[in-house]
Amino acid sequence: MAKINAKFIEEVGARFDASACMSCGACTALCPVEIGLLPRALFRFTMLGQDEKILENEDTIFSCLLCRMCEVNCPAEVPIAENVRLLRGYFNTHVFDLAR
Amino acid sequence: MSLPKKPVLGILADNLRLRKSVLPLSKRTHTRWSKGLNIPHGGETVIYTGHMYQLIPKIGAMANRMAKFENSWIRRWMGLGRAANKVINLSRFMAHAKKSERRAYDRVLRNIALLLQAAGVEFGYLYGDELYSGALLYDQGIDTILLPHARRVQAMLAEHGVRRVITVDPHTTNMLRSVYPEILGDFDVEVKNYLEVLAERELPAKNPLKGPMTIHDSCVYARYEEVINQPRHLLTKAGASLKEPELSGKNTHCCGGPIESLFPGKAHKIALKRVEQLSATSCPVAVMCPICMVNLKGATNGANTQFSDIADVLASAVLDDAPQARQTTKRKEK
Repeated sequence: MAKINAKFIEEVGARFDASACMSCGACTALCPVEIGLLPRALFRFTMLGQDEKILENEDTIFSCLLCRMCEVNCPAEVPIAENVRLLRGYFNTHVFDLAR
Repeated sequence: MSLPKKPVLGILADNLRLRKSVLPLSKRTHTRWSKGLNIPHGGETVIYTGHMYQLIPKIGAMANRMAKFENSWIRRWMGLGRAANKVINLSRFMAHAKKSERRAYDRVLRNIALLLQAAGVEFGYLYGDELYSGALLYDQGIDTILLPHARRVQAMLAEHGVRRVITVDPHTTNMLRSVYPEILGDFDVEVKNYLEVLAERELPAKNPLKGPMTIHDSCVYARYEEVINQPRHLLTKAGASLKEPELSGKNTHCCGGPIESLFPGKAHKIALKRVEQLSATSCPVAVMCPICMVNLKGATNGANTQFSDIADVLASAVLDDAPQARQTTKRKEK
């Protein structure tokens, strides 16, 4: 049973913009890193508040090049790179505690 | 497998917070390229290197060292490295940049400044006061450390009365032109890249380039900053006939550089793929970003493909006196 973390939605969701994603898969097909999961599945996990799923995919999130190959070819014009950056920020604050 | 993210990102963040750069270098190293160019100190318009070209030889040496740690037991002890780095700048001891590399990247900066001067652009330089933009921390989403640094850069520019900056690499261009206005809200410095500045001016080729040439577009220039036509215009005017690689312009293929600090193995595979695409054109390749340059060169595996910074290529065609750039070209042609 998937757990929903309302605080996660509140923290990341306010700036996260993926509601236009229609899961067409263009992003995954074009990814130079050949990341199978990113970005569409991550977007769903985020919008549903499933932070555990996000935390399971640390390597996926940090191996994105932010090269925007997916973004410029996204038919729904989702700001994919910025969304990935926001997820990195969540790790930096809640997992790595980089401010210390 | 990646390098451990917490200590690696922690060291980069600590360095920016404590030492104003992700990889602190001496002021002498940052400014050595400008020696003898008589660039005025400060002014309303300045060339802004953002330290990227100066950092690359060190980053290249560090990346080679870190790649050996990726699957090693040492990665488990990197947390201790972060603790020690808070007291002493460990990067000083970890790896040393090759002198030839330092000279090559300094030469690119010299050629950029000389090209701007040849085009009649008046500009100053902030020398040792200039600061790194924080691009790497932004990419990694470390905004809490980036924001105070961005304010520091903004204050430094205001203190010097700078109103316009001419940037020299894609990452600093993106930070100052697109990211700073967004995160600071009141950053009103005009930012143009040197390729955009040169493309607006007449720059006749005294020694026109001969033969075909391929361009490797930087992702950041092409997809973040819309710098696509300017390098093509400049190279064509300098005499080159351009041959586009498999993926170019808005659909350029990444060099792998952005994930080098955490996933050196994956980054290398991506660079190999890009080198293969570029080599298929059988032409010398003009590169516009120091990060792309170090990654692509590191993935040539003995292939004959020649990689040159676009500033060196343009300087060899436009300037009366670009001896070092020409020497390099000749050496590579052998």
